[in-house]
Amino acid sequence: MARERLQPSKNAWWFSLIWPVAALALLLLFNLLFTPGFFHIEFREGYLYGTLIDILNHGSKVILLSLGMALVIATAGVDLSVGAVMAIAGSVAAQLINRPNTPLGAVIAAALVVAVICGCWNGMLVTLFRIQPIVATLILMVAGRGIAQLITEGQIVTFTHPGLTFVGNGHFLALPFPIVLALGMLGITVLITRKTALGLFIESVGDNATASTFSGIDARKIKFFVYLFSGLCAGIAGLVAASNIRCADANHAGLFLELDAILAVVVGGTSLTGGRFYLAGAVVGALFIQTLTTTMYMRNVSADVAPVPKALAIIAVCLLQSPAFRRRLTSTFRGKPA
Amino acid sequence: MGDETTALLEIRKLSKSFPGVRALEEVDFTVRRGEVHALMGENGAGKSTLIKVLTGVHGRDGGTVRLDGVEIHAHSPKEAEAAGISTVYQEVNLIPYLSVAENICLGRQPTRLGLIRWGAMAERARAALARVDLKIDVSQPLSSYSIAVQQLVAIARALDISAKLLILDEPTSSLDEKEVAELFKVIRKLRAAGMGVVIVTHFLEQVYSISDRITVLRDGKLVGEYETSKLPRMELVSKMIGRALAQMQKVEAEAKQAQVEEKRELLLELRQFGRPGWVAPLDMSIAKGEVVGLAGLLGSGRTETARLIFGVDHAKNGEMRLSEKRVLFKSPREAIREGFAFTPENRKVEGIIPHLSVRENIVLALQAKQGVTRTLSRKQQIDIAEEFIKLLGISTTGPEQPVVNLSGGNQQKVLLARWLVMQPRLLILDEPTRGIDVGAKAEIEKLIQSLRAKGMAILFISSELEEVVRGCQKVIVLRDRAKAGELAGDQITEEAIMQTIAGHPHGT
Repeated sequence: MARERLQPSKNAWWFSLIWPVAALALLLLFNLLFTPGFFHIEFREGYLYGTLIDILNHGSKVILLSLGMALVIATAGVDLSVGAVMAIAGSVAAQLINRPNTPLGAVIAAALVVAVICGCWNGMLVTLFRIQPIVATLILMVAGRGIAQLITEGQIVTFTHPGLTFVGNGHFLALPFPIVLALGMLGITVLITRKTALGLFIESVGDNATASTFSGIDARKIKFFVYLFSGLCAGIAGLVAASNIRCADANHAGLFLELDAILAVVVGGTSLTGGRFYLAGAVVGALFIQTLTTTMYMRNVSADVAPVPKALAIIAVCLLQSPAFRRRLTSTFRGKPA
Repeated sequence: MGDETTALLEIRKLSKSFPGVRALEEVDFTVRRGEVHALMGENGAGKSTLIKVLTGVHGRDGGTVRLDGVEIHAHSPKEAEAAGISTVYQEVNLIPYLSVAENICLGRQPTRLGLIRWGAMAERARAALARVDLKIDVSQPLSSYSIAVQQLVAIARALDISAKLLILDEPTSSLDEKEVAELFKVIRKLRAAGMGVVIVTHFLEQVYSISDRITVLRDGKLVGEYETSKLPRMELVSKMIGRALAQMQKVEAEAKQAQVEEKRELLLELRQFGRPGWVAPLDMSIAKGEVVGLAGLLGSGRTETARLIFGVDHAKNGEMRLSEKRVLFKSPREAIREGFAFTPENRKVEGIIPHLSVRENIVLALQAKQGVTRTLSRKQQIDIAEEFIKLLGISTTGPEQPVVNLSGGNQQKVLLARWLVMQPRLLILDEPTRGIDVGAKAEIEKLIQSLRAKGMAILFISSELEEVVRGCQKVIVLRDRAKAGELAGDQITEEAIMQTIAGHPHGT
């Protein structure tokens, strides 16, 4: 009975959120029981402090990346270059801000334009030259750090400009600014995909590109756009990353974050084969990964072995999401005499 | 072996069912030594099932297969090959990036101490190729040669296995005339050497130029086995399609009464419209409020013509005029903008967006035409979807059900709805009734007539001549990717269509 009542709502957008939210809740419950002070939040000098705030703050970069990544993956593609694009955007900003008399707005605009150009490059390779997305974006993933090195001339470029520093360290409405930025981008992404037909077109192209073309959708334009948008998201994340540490580090900024972003999207319920995408799921996925990382850190798990429990937790979430696995699990239990 | 007959392959009472379909029902099929035997039938007749059971791709439910008097029961293509049955498929099923020699000897490479003897392998490959009169560099990758050569390499591989029976499944569909002639020369040589050759093709000309005997299947049952020289084309076509000649003479006159209406306004005109190697230049016109049928066997160029008109593929010659204005479509998008609509034959691949909802599938084309910014509100979308669910009687739990969960007939209705929302000027329907149940078929046919009455121009493609005769005011008949004739009004009978398909001018 209960099962039947659940059926029609299976297509509701929140249905896909059940598993990632459950995983996150489980992780938080673990911390509530075993990690003292995890839920402690303090109001100090007008700002909020605490582990949960830190998680949101540090997770904001992956959240930003996962927004663009979700759209790319929805078209049955993937963008491996976002980490490298972060480094490029950070390098551009750091170099320009150190020039005398350069307004902050121009610096940020320039960094974002460069990031968007990177996205366009990926989009061009995928749509115009029909290179497989994983290969097309691998090019910039590898070459991007070299480009960032060229921009910084091989140096780690530090800066002290208060405006640029604010992006990663400032506060807005008592919250760290990166959180506000990530929430803002989430809002914008939801707006442009769900309040316009763009989301429908993206899902349609990802689910069946041929049929979409036959229905009059310009599949190439849609694909081009998602890579462009992913570039923009990576640019913003790059600014946050550079601002956090007040310098542009071409080698390490955003390193491996593309993998976290892909994971966040997948944990959030979007399939790598394309089609339906879930932005809220991706955000929950990103928070799950960040919470996991923070938990490791707080429980003094050495950074060298931290990836192992992290991997185990992620495998568990992915298995829980797999209908095939769930079916097997339930049939095993049913098979046993009660 | 009691070899009183010259039968090489004897299949008796072979049956095979898939869930819900009897693909083969007690089919007999005999191939003699040294003959080329054509296996004929329309789509779904059971040709490919027969071949797949024979080559061990599918299991069988009953019946026997004897090769050279010995009963065989292949469980995999490899076992079938070992028994002496080799198959060459339409799409060459070899490995493009391996060398020709490796492809020929794959799985049976000559080795010494586990290491491949490259010299011996090249030698063996050359010997096999000599039997198909091919002299090429066997160390080059297969993909560096034309499809025709690849096909011959596939045959050479079959010979290297020392096949007794060679099955060629649509071997000529991607070859030009000269290459076909070359292939046939090789087939004749193999026949002379005593090999049995089974050929599946939809090119009637080729059947008559190469085969000795013909076996016709229809709806999974054996229709009969015939000497090619004693079976007129006309009869072959009628046996494939399943209408007795006498029965075909009777035409439902009352259904044709809508024929002689007042002159209709011309909508679309094609002049020498075509694309080399795709569809030969053809003339055609469709008026408003007219249903024009495109008839012909599978592969005769029906779908290809529709795709050219809809801008999926691009015409290279001739011109298309829409209400006297010359148009050229570079994409379906441009065709849609001019009021064209197309439901493709291959619903699953080119039609539905499987995991999106009925609602999203129905509004997709309209939304695509409106663009990203002029978004239909959720309420508008649901209203449109519900209107068409009711109008077409789509059985679904609601507008939010994923289309993949609907039956074939309901998926087809969703596709129709997607286009009817647009109120198109020209609706192209490619096999709209294929694979759907009788009730839904009748509904779709009725719908087509009511759309016609409202002034829509419809291009109707169907393998079911009955439907074409019933519903069309004009029929263009295609054969071997060229226009073979045009019938209008009272001329439209199943017999006349079949005669034109078979290549006889009607009346003779």
